[in-house]
Amino acid sequence: MRIRVEIDRRPGLSDPQGTTVHRALRNLGYDEVEAVHFGKSIVLEIDGDDADTAVARVREMCERLLANPVMEDFIILVEDGS
Amino acid sequence: MSDQALHRTLGMTDEEYDRVVEILGREPNDAELAVYSVMWSEHCSYKSSRVHLKRFPTEAPWVVVGPGEGAGVVDLGDGWLAAVRIESHNHPSFVEPYQGAATGVGGILRDVFSMGARPIALFDQIRFGDLEDPRNRYLFSGVVSGIAGYGNAVGVPTVGGDVEFDDSYSGNPLVNVMCLGIMREEQLTTGRAGEEGNLAVLLGASTGRDGIGGASVLASASFEEDDTAKRPSVQVGDPFEEKKLIEACLELYDRNLVVGIQDLGAAGLACAASETAGRAKLGIDVRLDAVPTREPGMTPGEILVSESQERMLAIVSPEDLDEVLRVAKKWEIEAAAVGTIKGGGLMRASHAGRVVAEMPAASLSDDAPIYERPLTEPAGTAGVWEATPELAAAPDVVEALLSLLETPELGDKSWIYSQYDHMLFTNTVVGPGHDGALLRIKETNKALAASTDGDGRRCALDPRRGAARLVYEAALNVAVTGARPLAAVDNLNFGNPERPEVMWQFSETVDGISAACEALGIPVVGGNVSFYNETDGRGINPTPVVGVIGLADPMPLRPPRLDRASAGMELWLFGVTDPTDFAASSYATYILDEHRGRPGTADPTAGAAAVAAAQRVAHGAAVVHDISSGGLGVALAEICIASGVGASIDVADWRMVFSESPHRFLVAVTPEDRRSIRFDPATPIDAARIGRFGGDDLRLGDFGTVAVIDLARAWRSAIPRYMGV
Amino acid sequence: MRAAVVVFPGTNCEHDVVHALRSLGADADLVWHRDTSLDGADGVVLPGGFAHGDYLRTGAIARFSPVMSPVREFAEAGKPVVGICNGFQILCEAGLLPGGLVANRDLRFICRMVSVRVESNTSVLTKAAEPGRVLHLPLNSYEGNYTAAPDVRDGLAGHVQLRYCGPTGEVAPAWNPNGSLDGIAAVSNPAGNVAGLMPHPERAVDDLLGSSDGIVLLESFIASMIPARV
Repeated sequence: MRIRVEIDRRPGLSDPQGTTVHRALRNLGYDEVEAVHFGKSIVLEIDGDDADTAVARVREMCERLLANPVMEDFIILVEDGS
Repeated sequence: MSDQALHRTLGMTDEEYDRVVEILGREPNDAELAVYSVMWSEHCSYKSSRVHLKRFPTEAPWVVVGPGEGAGVVDLGDGWLAAVRIESHNHPSFVEPYQGAATGVGGILRDVFSMGARPIALFDQIRFGDLEDPRNRYLFSGVVSGIAGYGNAVGVPTVGGDVEFDDSYSGNPLVNVMCLGIMREEQLTTGRAGEEGNLAVLLGASTGRDGIGGASVLASASFEEDDTAKRPSVQVGDPFEEKKLIEACLELYDRNLVVGIQDLGAAGLACAASETAGRAKLGIDVRLDAVPTREPGMTPGEILVSESQERMLAIVSPEDLDEVLRVAKKWEIEAAAVGTIKGGGLMRASHAGRVVAEMPAASLSDDAPIYERPLTEPAGTAGVWEATPELAAAPDVVEALLSLLETPELGDKSWIYSQYDHMLFTNTVVGPGHDGALLRIKETNKALAASTDGDGRRCALDPRRGAARLVYEAALNVAVTGARPLAAVDNLNFGNPERPEVMWQFSETVDGISAACEALGIPVVGGNVSFYNETDGRGINPTPVVGVIGLADPMPLRPPRLDRASAGMELWLFGVTDPTDFAASSYATYILDEHRGRPGTADPTAGAAAVAAAQRVAHGAAVVHDISSGGLGVALAEICIASGVGASIDVADWRMVFSESPHRFLVAVTPEDRRSIRFDPATPIDAARIGRFGGDDLRLGDFGTVAVIDLARAWRSAIPRYMGV
Repeated sequence: MRAAVVVFPGTNCEHDVVHALRSLGADADLVWHRDTSLDGADGVVLPGGFAHGDYLRTGAIARFSPVMSPVREFAEAGKPVVGICNGFQILCEAGLLPGGLVANRDLRFICRMVSVRVESNTSVLTKAAEPGRVLHLPLNSYEGNYTAAPDVRDGLAGHVQLRYCGPTGEVAPAWNPNGSLDGIAAVSNPAGNVAGLMPHPERAVDDLLGSSDGIVLLESFIASMIPARV
């Protein structure tokens, strides 16, 4: 199954990439953009069909390696449960 | 009672709180208390160290700005000035190594360009626990990436530094950074307020809830629940914002548009505004509504003490404001007039038409408490000094040399410095991997030299002797580039100052540095103190780091480099070797696993003579190389590896190979050029020809022979065997 | 003859390029990225650095800067344009050069001297250099790993200007510092008037700093700025 992990910088931390891209979009005339936040998206292809187990294991992977708990939050999305 | 609880949470004693009440004539509100707590913290006020730091020599005819401003400034002649500053970012680097190191670089750059100088070089001094431990590898790798990530992107080359690995840093890595800047004398700028009516303009990044000190505690105190998402403990560096800020500020100086300028560091706007006004015996009104914020709903107190990075406070005449805003717009940075200089000496902050903080501006720095903390020599010191390392047995000298070369501390550091852009600005004539860096100043015959050195193990055994030797070593490292040492800066990394043993170490260190600087005639023009480096009650080794800058005028035509030795050259040893100076040596540490004894003392006469001789010899010899960690054996191996040539030396006592007695250096010179290293009777120093370069092997008298490629293999593997290639 | 050296916010090698060009007898001026004219320059250099912080992708934001319109017209008119390091990345993002640059193989910044072999002298960067000659140049980049989609690769033939090599000119994976496709260090467009390279020739114009091998590349560029006689 495919599990997607979305990693975002924790609220309140500054996001230089987001700020810079926001300014660039405004310079191109997209004035409706109020903020830009950068994150990461990681897709894991997992062998197994028990989504609960897989999510629990991916959560552990996030806490140990994929995300930096000091700076990042993450959410886990099961994209394909078949 | 709730106020009482808050000041303690903010790290203030009851006596300090009472003093605030006395100054204000009333109880402070939360915002005011937050400002005092940060400004009177150890970090900002130097309250435990100030009584000692007064003992440093700080004056010389070439000192333009001494300690106390953003950076020290020295005169290089012909209208050129150099600015220098050193600072630590130890705790943030432990919490988040990449961002901690990165924001450390950002902070020190702002200190230097706040003086009007363009930052031209960075030096990093970093210390970690044993690389066998994966946590230490993570910290090491993260810190190096953070320095690289910020320094490279902001566009300032990192051209030198030093690194030490010792268990005492396992729970507490040290990250110190030194920055050099250069300017024409008319560009010198300081944190002046000028006159009433001048405007305070906040430049750079917008303000968010960043801050490890008072800001975060205040944030948590103002919310019912402990909402951790509201108080980020990590500051994120933005080198791009800083680059724009540097260019914008340099343009403002060039066009004479600012009266004074100061960077925003600890206690943010509160500190910058109060110091600027306080120094001029003036006051300032700060309009917090005018501050561009990154997040909605920030409280006035949060805005006042936010420690968001990449911000400067410029003082501007009202008629120049429009032009200043235009320059900011050009460089795409935020700029807002947030304050006005007033008479009366008060810093008054208002928000939504209401005064939210009001205090005497000068009181934040001038009335900070000063402590004369008790000192005690650690118990057992005499016993440690008496027990010298056991040197009876002659080792396999070649085996020992190879073992030393493959320690991360003595081995090849290119794993670190190849991640740093050290060539930008095309001034780096001698760069990392050498004793000291040499940076040419284009359009002149001058070059600026600098070196930074630290040795926590030697200072742990005898802080006074250890610290003094650092000054001589850094000065000699500058001299071997052909430069005359001009000034020193120091970064004093210590444990808990409330422990009398730590304060004793601190006091001894200050005396050691002072004596050596006096003897060499180099004033201390700046420094930083980092206390409370301890984890679970265990402090780090007392770790002063000393930076020395020097001037080569003229620069040697062919400055000595380690890779310039070749077959047929003679090898000379300058200075006298004490064959028993092994306490805290690399040999005692890594081969004998011995951590006792008393290091040899520095000799002011021999130290000054070595500096003078090295400086002279550097204008003729191919290689001039300081002997320090690992002794003559490691120093010579480094020359052989860099130059790809063998050597043969006469040595009768194996201890001469590894002794670390100070004030010595090696010279490689052709027989024809030997005349150019002639002796100066004014500064006599022993010098002996001890060998010759040639072949593919290093022969150490009758103690053994080893192929240079085997030395190189061991030396190159030192860091990659832990960190990967 | 005068070169325009373009400065984006975050560019940091502009003064080094100006200094090197002037030391070789050419004139050079800085042009700000918001400018809409090149003011009659005879050649354009996009220098190294971190334009717009290299955020999003290297060069991605820079290619929208106002100055890129006249740079594009200048390139399309067949006049000489050279991108160094970050400038190379910007020219690729702008579509003026084929392919693109991604993070180094070892995911670390690389700052050291490398050897490159002159593969061709069909560009404004290499016209004065002899094919086969080995040059020692500083490489200073995090995203220096050249790559191109399969359909682009075939079109590169003949337009590769420099390849990473060993000290005596041998091209082999062991001498490839950053994982670049086929060891490519510099490419040009088919006409040869637009070229980009990852190493920094402006840092190699003085033996005092370790190498003067960059001179032949900068002299090629300077020679290309001399308008052809009618």
